[in-house]
Amino acid sequence: MEATVVKTGTEGKTWGGGNEPLKASYGKMMMWFFIVSDALTFSGFLASYGFSRFKFVDAWPIPDEVFTHFPFLHGVDAPMFYVAFMTFILIFSSVTMVLAVDAGHKMKQNKVILYLFLTIIGGLIFLGSQAWEWATFIKGDYGAIETKGGQIIQFLDKDGERVAIRDFAAKASGERIEQTKENGIWFKNEAEYYPSVSFEQVKAGFLANDNILVRIQHKDEHGHHIILNREESIAKVVNDGAMVVEGANLRHNEYGHPLFADFFFFITGFHGFHVATGVLINCIIFFNVILGTYERRGHYEMVEKVGLYWHFVDLVWVFVFTFFYLV
Amino acid sequence: MAHEQAHKLEIFRGALKFKSNVSKIWGVFIILSIVTIVEVALGIIRPAFLVDHHFLALRLLNWIFIILTLFKAYYITWDFMHMRDETSGLRRAVIWTTVFLIIYLVTLILIEGDYIFEVYKNGYIKFDF
Repeated sequence: MEATVVKTGTEGKTWGGGNEPLKASYGKMMMWFFIVSDALTFSGFLASYGFSRFKFVDAWPIPDEVFTHFPFLHGVDAPMFYVAFMTFILIFSSVTMVLAVDAGHKMKQNKVILYLFLTIIGGLIFLGSQAWEWATFIKGDYGAIETKGGQIIQFLDKDGERVAIRDFAAKASGERIEQTKENGIWFKNEAEYYPSVSFEQVKAGFLANDNILVRIQHKDEHGHHIILNREESIAKVVNDGAMVVEGANLRHNEYGHPLFADFFFFITGFHGFHVATGVLINCIIFFNVILGTYERRGHYEMVEKVGLYWHFVDLVWVFVFTFFYLV
Repeated sequence: MAHEQAHKLEIFRGALKFKSNVSKIWGVFIILSIVTIVEVALGIIRPAFLVDHHFLALRLLNWIFIILTLFKAYYITWDFMHMRDETSGLRRAVIWTTVFLIIYLVTLILIEGDYIFEVYKNGYIKFDF
């Protein structure tokens, strides 16, 4: 074990080695190195989100109108509550983590076990919430029409309430038949993405119903999307409409600009990946604590190091929360 | 390493003192919760005055959100990540570096994004970027 010479014979001299001017161990320093570089990665992502947003600043989706769902409350308009709940879960799991670190400093093994366990549970609840958030976002809400130029137009009734396209779309005139190779015609595979109603159905239903207006992506000076009157609405749908969009994926997004969905998936996904690895590392440390590894080692610095990582994940979420949901 | 580390137990520049590290943790949790509740409330209400008035091309409301976020980030770093108890050398190496690089990056990129928005809007020199 003592194969390497640790002492140089010049102890006490400034340049003799063995000094720790920052009074932090090697492992903790490296964790801070990693956190700084990871923070810069995340700021790169968030800055590019800001870039795209500034580029389309007068036509960007309003988050309050996108994230309005809460589990088990169907049809209730609850903007932000769910993300606020997720934020609390993450802050609270940070608190239990820092309590675990504190218990580690006092060498209280059982308390470390309890608090680490609570931290892991909090992380898992957060991951589950994010999966639900993604599923809701992908599934979509009211549906929209995408124009030939790639703009999204959404539908409202006369009171300014959103209406779902499947509620006013005309009944399909014929059955949808999938072509097969046997028919001997020019064969092209089914498109991987097609919505529940066709554009023609939506157009017919829209023209038949005088109460429906169209809202475009561009915003007025108060930050609300511009609502067209009936004549302009008809002109917009008939002249520019191209396809139906339901929900969001990497190419189409019923809530507005496709880049919004792209960044949403990429940034919250990358953050979720950090949470997932954080839970994994916490689990490893958790079992080490149970086995008494750190009790034998004489200190719980490992808990402190994973704690730093866990708090960093929380810190990133604070920024993601602001720039994706609030601003 | 088994000894209890010395924790600084004052926050708000000494205006608020805690008896133990554990009570400081709970105190910081309460502060962070209050700030989050304020943010969510402002996000739902969106007061017209704060939405319609701008400062440096951003709505006042967005400035409030950003300042509250930095406030939260400060307490997470200082108290949860124990930055308050580290040496000033470590603190500055981490914080000054990161803050400088992020401000630099964000400033340049947002100015560029705004420029492209103007180009799209006013419709000329489309070939020039």
